[in-house]
Amino acid sequence: MWLPSYATPSERLMRTLVMAFVIAVLLFLVAPLFIIVPLSFSKDPFFTLPVKEYSLRWYADFFGNARWMNAIFNSAVAAVMTTILATTLGTLAALGISRPNFPARRLIMALLISPMIVPIVIVAVGSYLFFGQFGLTNTRTGLVLAHTALATPFVVITVTATLSTYDTNLTRAALSLGASPSSAFFRVTLPNIMPGVISGAIFAFATSFDEVVVALFMTAAEQRTLPVQMFSGIRDQINPTIMAAATLLLALSIVLFAMLALLTPRRVK
Amino acid sequence: MNFSKRISPATDNPVDALVRFEDVKKSYDGINFVVKDLNLTVSRGEFLTMLGPSGSGKTTTLMMLGGFEQPTLGHILLDNRPVERLPPETRNIGFVFQNYALFPHMTVAENVAFPLRYRGITGIAARERVRQALGRVNLEALGDRRPAQLSGGQQQRVALARALVFEPSLVLMDEPLGALDKQLRERMQIEIKQLQTSLGITMVYVTHDQSEALTMSDRIAVFHDGRIQQLADPATLYNEPANRFVASFIGENNSLSCTLLAREGGLAVVRMADGTTLKAAGTNVSGTGTDMSISIRPENISLAGEGVRADLNRFIGKARDVFFLGDHMRLSIEAFGGQLVTARIPARQARHFASGADVVLECGISECRLLEV
Repeated sequence: MWLPSYATPSERLMRTLVMAFVIAVLLFLVAPLFIIVPLSFSKDPFFTLPVKEYSLRWYADFFGNARWMNAIFNSAVAAVMTTILATTLGTLAALGISRPNFPARRLIMALLISPMIVPIVIVAVGSYLFFGQFGLTNTRTGLVLAHTALATPFVVITVTATLSTYDTNLTRAALSLGASPSSAFFRVTLPNIMPGVISGAIFAFATSFDEVVVALFMTAAEQRTLPVQMFSGIRDQINPTIMAAATLLLALSIVLFAMLALLTPRRVK
Repeated sequence: MNFSKRISPATDNPVDALVRFEDVKKSYDGINFVVKDLNLTVSRGEFLTMLGPSGSGKTTTLMMLGGFEQPTLGHILLDNRPVERLPPETRNIGFVFQNYALFPHMTVAENVAFPLRYRGITGIAARERVRQALGRVNLEALGDRRPAQLSGGQQQRVALARALVFEPSLVLMDEPLGALDKQLRERMQIEIKQLQTSLGITMVYVTHDQSEALTMSDRIAVFHDGRIQQLADPATLYNEPANRFVASFIGENNSLSCTLLAREGGLAVVRMADGTTLKAAGTNVSGTGTDMSISIRPENISLAGEGVRADLNRFIGKARDVFFLGDHMRLSIEAFGGQLVTARIPARQARHFASGADVVLECGISECRLLEV
């Protein structure tokens, strides 16, 4: 990327400006981090920058508070259940629509990924009204079902992408060697599409764990998830504990996406 | 020599038949048939090759036999039992795929052991079978490797070992050598043929490579346009092609249009475009008159010798191109009113011809074959 030694001064100036612009954009994208992370370590009970004194008191408060702990537990349970459901359903759907003779493939794919495109408030209101008919609002089951609808498209997309490079002759070979279709799936197909399934699962987990709008509609105090707790915390009492919670959520996201990056096969050029 | 009779199952010994296609048709869209009225019998212990260009229906036929496609109409019998609706895992047929289809997440030994678990063979018995199978393809030492760590030829051998380890009665191969280089391909052809003979396995092999088919097969079914054009042993196929497609697909052939004048004494008398009359074999071809052709292989044309012999056709042409290729000379001649005839002259007969020079050539009457266009 460096300019050759014969570059003219104007070329050098242009290059410097471009680099400065790139750095500015990147800073803009991660700017909230520079506020939230330092504040979470501040000793001060008010949001003041720069931080004068550092401490872990808001983390202690977070982990010592039953409401926060309950919220984190609720989020974890909902996210794990959503991940299991969405990964299973999404993988099966992807296997189906990847068959060469599958009818109306485009239409069904569009329907499957529509929860990603429909505005989240509409999904939330729709879920609230629909699940209300079955008494599933303010239940964990209702929340998990609504989150599954949101998370499944990610699994469908990642698994479909993996299947597009999967050699279907592997499945045929397994069948010709005597494996039943289910045995061929578990022993041959699944191990070979695992990277796609796991990335889909990570996306599904992150979708459910970070989701706030649907969770606001679908939960009462007992099922309140971490993002909902943060949201109501901001409204009720401004408190740096929220910054600690936000930093922890951020750390979790970073860990999840680092896992994703490690999963993505590096192509040798 | 009525070849349509030869491919009908009625003429084959039913005791010997392992596979039988009966009036099999296959269409994917209900309009175009990729396989049309297929009748074919494969005998026990036979090496049968389905040869043809891409889109000729040979691979679809193989996939129907393997159970990966269902015939639209007709029956497929395996051991006198209709199998056309049975799923592949119940057919007990070994299948070697074009790209080998080795399981990348398993070692070589695990790949080969895969079919054994479904046949109740586990533990020491399975290990012994795997060792034997890898020994047959000279890969004993590589059982712990992953397929990705093997060369193309080694992967091919593993695929072969895996398809043979459960001792299937029938092994199907779909262009298994297509990805290998020429030298390795020729060695593997001989190895596969030896393995097939020594184990007495019935093999159905699909290829578009005619030299591969000629090298390995007991019989070859030439596919074109969803039909078997000819089913015969390699020598018959090469020397007595049933139609113009087979004549041009197998080996090199000069196809020259002509008019049938008469049949006399088992031979046909034809008039070429420029009025020259030649005699040709292949009188089983029906019809008279125009729109016929004769096919002559380049290696059957030689420079005319002393004297005129009754069993030879003699004709005159003008030399166009002359190429010296070491063991032979290729001569491109304009004859019969502007048609190009290629001759392959052995090196010891080779002489120099100036472009445009008159050349007198001859070829055996039995080697000029009359075919319908």
